Amino acid sequence: MKEEQQPDGQEQALVEAVARFAIGQLAPHAAAWDESETFPLPQLRQAGALGLCGLFVSEDHGGLGIGRSLGVRLFEALAEGCTSFAAFLSIHNMATAMVARFGGAVVRQQHLPELTSGAKLASYCLTEPEAGSDAAALRTCAARRDDGYVLDGAKAFISGAGDTQWLVVMARTAPVGSKGISAFLVPADHPGVSYGRRERKLGWRSQATRMVLFQEVFVPEDHRLGAEGQGFAMALQALDGGRLNIAACSVGTARAALREAISYVKTRRQFGQSISQFQAVQFRLADMATELHAARALLDQAARHYDAGHRATRAFCAMAKRFCTDVAFAVADGALELHGGYGVLGDYPAERHLRDLRLHRLLEGTNDIMRLITARQLLDDHDMEGLL
Amino acid sequence: MSDMKIMVGVKRVIDYNVRVQVKSDGSGVVTDGVKMSINPFDEIALEEALRLKEAGKAAEVIAVSVGPSQAQEQLRTALAMGADRGILVTTAEQPQPLAVAKIFAALYAKEQPGLVILGKQAIDDDAGQVPQMLAGLLDVAQATNASKVELEGESARVTREIDTGIEVIEIRLPAVLSVDLRLNEPRYVKLPDIMKAKKKPIETIDAQALGVERLTFLRVIKTSTPPARQGGHKVGSVEELVQELKQRGFV
Ligand SMILES: Cc1cc2nc3c(=O)[nH]c(=O)nc-3n(C[C@H](O)[C@H](O)[C@H](O)COP(=O)(O)OP(=O)(O)OC[C@H]3O[C@@H](n4cnc5c(N)ncnc54)[C@H](O)[C@@H]3O)c2cc1C
Repeated sequence: MKEEQQPDGQEQALVEAVARFAIGQLAPHAAAWDESETFPLPQLRQAGALGLCGLFVSEDHGGLGIGRSLGVRLFEALAEGCTSFAAFLSIHNMATAMVARFGGAVVRQQHLPELTSGAKLASYCLTEPEAGSDAAALRTCAARRDDGYVLDGAKAFISGAGDTQWLVVMARTAPVGSKGISAFLVPADHPGVSYGRRERKLGWRSQATRMVLFQEVFVPEDHRLGAEGQGFAMALQALDGGRLNIAACSVGTARAALREAISYVKTRRQFGQSISQFQAVQFRLADMATELHAARALLDQAARHYDAGHRATRAFCAMAKRFCTDVAFAVADGALELHGGYGVLGDYPAERHLRDLRLHRLLEGTNDIMRLITARQLLDDHDMEGLL
Repeated sequence: MSDMKIMVGVKRVIDYNVRVQVKSDGSGVVTDGVKMSINPFDEIALEEALRLKEAGKAAEVIAVSVGPSQAQEQLRTALAMGADRGILVTTAEQPQPLAVAKIFAALYAKEQPGLVILGKQAIDDDAGQVPQMLAGLLDVAQATNASKVELEGESARVTREIDTGIEVIEIRLPAVLSVDLRLNEPRYVKLPDIMKAKKKPIETIDAQALGVERLTFLRVIKTSTPPARQGGHKVGSVEELVQELKQRGFV
């Protein structure tokens, strides 16, 4: 797909550099990493060396300091190489940006350089067994003690857990409400931190998903991110960016799927001709491209609103996440369909794209929760104008 | 020779992934709206120069592009990879190899590099002539199709892949090298370096200012697409294959 509007030369160069890395270092291994559930540490380190581990951290703090409009282009390019890899980098960047933005001077000085360089990786720990969509119902508690806090509780579905060195943990410093939640930076191997088994799952198989248990884990005060009670607001703000990234990973994956479908239909012959000659096949391809571009346009708009601090940013990010992940899944499904029976075989990437994209529709908030966020804004007399 | 300068050629060509399309009037190939990149062999030349600099064997790497003003983009990429500065020599029309060699010779006189490293050919016109012409014009040593380069004091030991095998030659500097595919694997560009490249200098000079007036020496009569491949058919056995080959006079 060609750009309608050419981004400036430098942005184009950045996107091309990432695309080159993704095609050269990720795409050739994506199937094997998925199959063998291998966490691609060498390539993550390489990504760090290229500058991909501190995308949204300012240059003063060792990051790249780019905005979301460019960020989504980079995640698209990464996902064209390997969806699961790109998605993990998104989570690492989300957690790292929280440390950069809300960490105190000491934490930033000591730990940020390792995170932005990718020497150390981070997980984002919000979800709990009893608090998924209703994340504010989380119960992990951070009790005040002397010069710090003691964490007790359990987190579920934590991406990268067991392979990452830092955990950004949302926990309760007051018994009720979303204003009773604070955020902490916790070393992943701290005494009292333990891990559940690696979940067996449909997609994102190259990265671990595990429960993380906290038993009397002491966290010094200076490892709290932001003020007490601000944790939930910070976590949701981080998710706005995370949702844009997941949307971008979906668009990139779907583009790869479409590309592969196009090349497949040109070589596959049935009824004495190339199946690309059938109008039904052509129309399917046309619809896939059309919908993918529409999704990408919405994603662009949401990212621009994020960068500009638009007041309906949260709803735009939710709309983009909902629409892009649904469209991308439909495109991947169409691509699989065009492969016929071969589409479900592990010999072609079509089925992996479908599996990975299925996850995108429910994580970082299910798509129904995205609808809820959007509708809430539409029905709010003060806020609806921002969305109309 | 650690204060040595290395001059590297960086040609703007159609990206190697693009399926090239011939213009309908046969006057050339379509370049409008087509992705352009650094000639892959030039990227290898640049990588080698950067490695020599990183090993302390050179002090400065100068990237040179001859072509349209848009070749700035390729120079920026070269700067992002690590070149210290760029020189863009603009020309009124697409220059042919001898003109490019003369332009490099003029820059050589100005910059006095110890090494000029060029790709063994550009993937657009596949002429493969500039390095040899340049060495001739300068009357300096040349080593072409290099697959390994080792600098030792005032000389270079260069491994070349040739039809009969591997040849190792020693040449005195200053010299012109042309590089082959297997010399090295160019690095991935770091994103912060792309941002920093903005601040590195690119000097623009017109070819005429270097005393190179004539840019073309050959007239291209026609550009056309190679004939489409004819579909083949499957043979059932080795005997059948041999028979078919005989029938067509191939064996
Ligand atoms: C592979 C994977 C990786 C993940 N990584 C992380 C991570 O790194 N960090 C992290 O914190 N979390 C992570 N998650 C958790 C993820 O964000 C949650 O799974 C998600 O938010 C949904 O929560 P839940 O699974 O508890 O589902 P539930 O909340 O139980 O939802 C079940 C169903 O009910 C619906 N539903 C719930 N409430 C409503 C409502 N009010 N209105 C309408 N429908 C509703 C949902 O849409 C859904 O269909 C990950 C999840 C997966 C699968």
